[in-house]
Amino acid sequence: MRIAVLSGKGGTGKTTVSASLAVSVPFCQYIDCDVEEPNGAIFLTPEIQESIPVKVPVPEADMAKCSACGYCAKACQFHAIAVVKGKVLVFPEICHHCGACVIACLNDAIREVERTIGVVEVNGDGTFLQGKLNVGEPVSIPIIRELRKRMKKDVPVILDCSPGASCAVVQSIEGCDYCVLVTEPTPFGLHDLKIAVRLVRKMGIPFGIVLNKASDSSRLIHDFCRDEGIELLMEIPFSQEIAESYSKGVLPAQNDDFWKEKFEKLYEKIERGAGK
Amino acid sequence: MKVCVSSSGNSVESTMDPRFGRAAYFVIADTDTMESEIIENTAAASGGGAGITSGQLMVDKGVEAIITGNVGPNAMNVLKAANIEIYRGESVSVKENIDKFKKGLLEKITNTVPSHFGIGVQGGQK
Repeated sequence: MRIAVLSGKGGTGKTTVSASLAVSVPFCQYIDCDVEEPNGAIFLTPEIQESIPVKVPVPEADMAKCSACGYCAKACQFHAIAVVKGKVLVFPEICHHCGACVIACLNDAIREVERTIGVVEVNGDGTFLQGKLNVGEPVSIPIIRELRKRMKKDVPVILDCSPGASCAVVQSIEGCDYCVLVTEPTPFGLHDLKIAVRLVRKMGIPFGIVLNKASDSSRLIHDFCRDEGIELLMEIPFSQEIAESYSKGVLPAQNDDFWKEKFEKLYEKIERGAGK
Repeated sequence: MKVCVSSSGNSVESTMDPRFGRAAYFVIADTDTMESEIIENTAAASGGGAGITSGQLMVDKGVEAIITGNVGPNAMNVLKAANIEIYRGESVSVKENIDKFKKGLLEKITNTVPSHFGIGVQGGQK
């Protein structure tokens, strides 16, 4: 059972929901795929035992063989190579490691060299994983790929995704059994939720919505769920108590049996929704 | 001499676009004959590498000097490697900028603006 938690809009409570599930579901594995700003560790306080560098292949030109034909630059969809006055300029941060330049080169002058863009960190029993993308790096996909390689097969896996609905999220939710979309009752929350709904529908993954920071404006989300026929799995109120403990690094499900049970119920609904 | 001005429109009367990599158009002109070629910049809306693509275009077109507002770090690397000179233009038409360049009134640019500086900016307006 693989559950992805995403939202569209940032700051709606993906980590609150996914880390709360992680403490409520026995023997599960939590993976922080928000590699630009992983923060699940603040709540789950794992002891990291292993740190694995994530390396990507980037092109390097052998100028003894290069004829400066420029085919490598033309082949690069990401414009990571320029050929100028007989020189090959490579912009490694922009490279997406597809290897097209190597194939396009007529003179076998391009080879790939490794470059580290971040790390994957794992706790002792592999129940907690997080990826960290180095500051300034724009391409997070290889780190998410490395995280996914380490997904356990025999236990529930909870993937805490990055905000948005672009490549990093697509990569994270691909092949998941269920998606939990976390939203808030604001026009921005709804706007980005709609984008996330389109994404999971397109990818054919069963999904439901968790409404966080529920308030007088919750109708905004209720109406949307009703009109679209989407299951509203759970509501977490806009509460000072929850916010205060969150600010101390304590999740609702960590200090309160009421909320722990709520998240256990959420997991049951997810299992039903996924048909497992 | 072949110069290129980043342009907000497709004519020599258009206002200069202050962005280089993501300029809407490029006007490439011969300063002696004033013959010009206008190119729509396909890199203007690209996700990344706009400066590199635009820089490569300048190299491929044999441009010797550029008149623009801001140049990002990647474009600067390409232009420097090609020994293409960069001049700071003014918020007037492409033609007027070329006239000023010919009179030696434009200053050279050697510093860059940060990556993605010109994203989300409308052509020709700061």
